[in-house]
Amino acid sequence: MTVALALHGVEKSYGGKGVLRSINAEVSAGEVFALVGPSGAGKTTVLRLLDLLEGPDAGEIRYHGRTVRLGSPEALAQRRRMAMIMQNPTTFRATVFENVAYGLWLRGVSEEGIRGPAFAALEFVGLLDRAQEPAAGLSGGEQQRVAFARAAVLRPEVLLLDEFTSNLDPANVRLLEEATRRYRRETGATVVIVTHNLFQAKRLADRVGLLLDGRIVEVAPTHAFFENPSRPETRAFLSGEMAY
Amino acid sequence: MTDWPAVLQIVVITLLVAGTSTLIGAALGIPAGAFVALKKFRGRNFVRTLAFTFYGFPPVLAGLLVYLLLSRSGPLGALGWLFTPMGMIVAQSVLIVPIVMGVTISAVMAVERRLHDTALTLGADERQWRATAIHEARVGVVTAVMVGFGRAVSEVGAVLIVGGNIAGQTRVLTTAIVLETSQAHYVEASVFGVILFVIAFAIFAILQRLQREGTV
Repeated sequence: MTVALALHGVEKSYGGKGVLRSINAEVSAGEVFALVGPSGAGKTTVLRLLDLLEGPDAGEIRYHGRTVRLGSPEALAQRRRMAMIMQNPTTFRATVFENVAYGLWLRGVSEEGIRGPAFAALEFVGLLDRAQEPAAGLSGGEQQRVAFARAAVLRPEVLLLDEFTSNLDPANVRLLEEATRRYRRETGATVVIVTHNLFQAKRLADRVGLLLDGRIVEVAPTHAFFENPSRPETRAFLSGEMAY
Repeated sequence: MTDWPAVLQIVVITLLVAGTSTLIGAALGIPAGAFVALKKFRGRNFVRTLAFTFYGFPPVLAGLLVYLLLSRSGPLGALGWLFTPMGMIVAQSVLIVPIVMGVTISAVMAVERRLHDTALTLGADERQWRATAIHEARVGVVTAVMVGFGRAVSEVGAVLIVGGNIAGQTRVLTTAIVLETSQAHYVEASVFGVILFVIAFAIFAILQRLQREGTV
């Protein structure tokens, strides 16, 4: 399988405080990779670097073997092959339909070209009947479903999910997890999930990595990671003995 | 007895001066505010502080400065704008531009904090992000225009100094109230006050409707 995303010796610090210390990891094309770890471990920073929202202080990130320079046209093109859903849903001051259409509009898709995919994406997350309502009037769970549809409509090769169900009720969690599985099944996209919900990682991921204090401690196939972890830190984290 | 044609003339001059000043304030203040909010440059914080400082700029001081600029011996004396509505518009614009700019800065920066990363993750380039930010801040931008108009229509010090309160030429509602009050014509002063309030209410109602339509 080809490597879709690769981080080599990636370091990042904020205000002199090291958040990521020499991260090395590879994600294969088409796999679901979950990065778990306690709050403040640097998981979101990894996603922000992958999505080219900021650059690493050291090391490099490769996309199908190629590096891109932040701010370059290649970086914009690469970012447009990915989509990220954040922990707290933010919607534009517009209708649900216009929110979902936003990314297509940015790509210069015509009005006629937008309608079909946008309505299909809304149907995908069960919000077709809410298309003309103001997005701000939806519940948090519904807004996160809008965010999922807004990302999925772009058919990204890489889907980055940052604690995307952490504030939601069980019904919305189930709905969004099923949407993730279905999206991956239909498109063959690579999915990177950042979560501190171990059950979610178990349900969705092919492989799981543990991030502790800015370092990846262990990466293993999901079953092995949970049933037979090789590192004492992983065992301590999974058993809940690790205080953080 | 109230001289209604004269009152109408005062109302027209008031709307002309305050309306034009507000349009100039919006035309200069909105782009400047959006630029400061979205562009990181050296001295940005200084410019923001300066804009906010001008919120409290005394109108009489603005009037004095514009008076000196437009007076016969001043650098812009050749324009002949002293004691004309043009001079009053200049004086009010000096007061309004920083207000519109400052409120716009706050509105756009609030959007920046909330939506910048979301727009970028969905594929916006810098130019598209700037357009999105201004569009998203539209309610705040209308507020900026409302605050600017409020300042213009209620302002008295600057227009009195630069306009001279000449009947039929530069007399506006606020300066008319000052004049009538100084002559103990309290009924006439009150009538002007009521008219000023009604005009302000009507214009703010229109702007508020625009704001509501922008809150989808």
